[in-house]
Amino acid sequence: MIYFDKVSKIYPGDVAALSDVTFAVEPGEFVSVVGQSGAGKSTLLKMILAEDTPTEGSVFFESIDLKSIRAKHIPAIRRRMGCVFQEHRLLPDKTAFENIAFTMEAAGRADDEIASDVPHVLDLVGLSSKVWNFPGEMSGGERQRVAIARAIVNQPDVLLADEPTGNLDPLNTNEIMQIFKKINDLGTTVIITTHNKGVIDNLCKRVITLENGKIIRDEKEGRYII
Amino acid sequence: MVWTKIKRVFRSGFVGFWRNGVVSAASILVMTVTLAVIGTLLLASAYLTSSLDTLKSKVDISVSFKTTAPESDILSLKNTLGTLPEIKEIQYISRDQELADFRDRHKDNALLVQSLDEVGNPFGARLNVMAKDPSQYESIAKFLDPNSGDSSLNRDIIDQVTYKKDIVDRLMVLISASRKVGFAISMILIFMSILVTFNTVSLAIYTSREEISVMRLVGASDNYVSGPFIVEGVISGIISAFISIALLYPLALWVKSTTVGVYGGINMMAYYIDNFVEIFLVLVIAGILLGVISSILAVRRYL
Repeated sequence: MIYFDKVSKIYPGDVAALSDVTFAVEPGEFVSVVGQSGAGKSTLLKMILAEDTPTEGSVFFESIDLKSIRAKHIPAIRRRMGCVFQEHRLLPDKTAFENIAFTMEAAGRADDEIASDVPHVLDLVGLSSKVWNFPGEMSGGERQRVAIARAIVNQPDVLLADEPTGNLDPLNTNEIMQIFKKINDLGTTVIITTHNKGVIDNLCKRVITLENGKIIRDEKEGRYII
Repeated sequence: MVWTKIKRVFRSGFVGFWRNGVVSAASILVMTVTLAVIGTLLLASAYLTSSLDTLKSKVDISVSFKTTAPESDILSLKNTLGTLPEIKEIQYISRDQELADFRDRHKDNALLVQSLDEVGNPFGARLNVMAKDPSQYESIAKFLDPNSGDSSLNRDIIDQVTYKKDIVDRLMVLISASRKVGFAISMILIFMSILVTFNTVSLAIYTSREEISVMRLVGASDNYVSGPFIVEGVISGIISAFISIALLYPLALWVKSTTVGVYGGINMMAYYIDNFVEIFLVLVIAGILLGVISSILAVRRYL
């Protein structure tokens, strides 16, 4: 589904964020990308989102080379991915409902679909009571749940999460990870980056370990070892 | 589908405009200043143009006759002049009429009126000749010149031919020069206020740059992301046009009242009322363009 072919990313000043990274993610997999800050985890996700392009090598989404895709076709690809960020990145002037509805609207979904799906997905992340609250009126954990709801509402093929539990307490972290597991069980490919050892060790899923932009370990049922 | 998207872009624009009240208010304020500048300059330019036209229409040739000139001779000269194709209108003012007019103008000056009673009527009759086109005055003036060789007319009765060409020419040069200078100043002013508007809108959209990047990451197309910002710009432009047209009303009144002593008062009010629809349309279109262009320029930076 996602294939990194000898990908390197060199930022100005000869800073190598990724060097010669090759791996593949199959449909339905749950992959954790771990490593210390600056190891290249976020860069890796940015490549999948076509937010950044490799300096060398190619990133494929199915058979599409994301490096050569034209800018106007990028939104259509992104609609097949859901993304969750560490700092949630919700639209501050929109309510929980509107934040999620925006993603559906951007994908061209009908109004009646939006009206029925948004409450459903908010229910799935346990936030039925906060439908009309703005992000500023919610706690960190609640915001992250809205962000997850937003990411999954279009039933994406792959869910990308960059440090989704980075700002959360252990209880919220556990709950959020349970939601990710549930989404994965329903068939969505999940790729998360994290440096939270507890999260990884409990998962017993595939772990790719990055160090200085290189893959130093790729294990089927891995643990957090650095 | 297209309609649904357009509807959503408009709704999102309206909601965004309302929720970002302070930012919207700042944009409206700056746009109002720009549009008010444009509106004031429009009024001033319309006023100058109309002054020029009024002046042009005031150009005439005044033929004063000697006091001894018999009325029949004057009227026959008037008839002869009336056959000339260049002439639009001839107005005859008799000696008595001239005296009555003078008395009326100076009715408050008892000394003057009294001295008139003593000397009798010192005025000769007069013909005011209007040409169809200002360029024809020179030939008409020459035709009436008592020193011209043509003897078919009895020019001995003519005392003086007054021709206001010089003064009117000078005034016209002055007005057209002031229009040019005014135009240059207007352009600079308009240019500066447009720049300020662009900057304000850029700043307003700068505060939303994070949102723009998130919208793109969740799969919104560039048009779908920029649409609501453009709608917000259009709303600001239209509201600003309404405010600025309303501001021009007291301005025109003020100009009229403060210049009442000059040239009968600069009556911008009349132009404001006569050209209200045109001025309003120009301001609305300018407001919309200002909003659309500045929003597009500002959003494009983050796409």
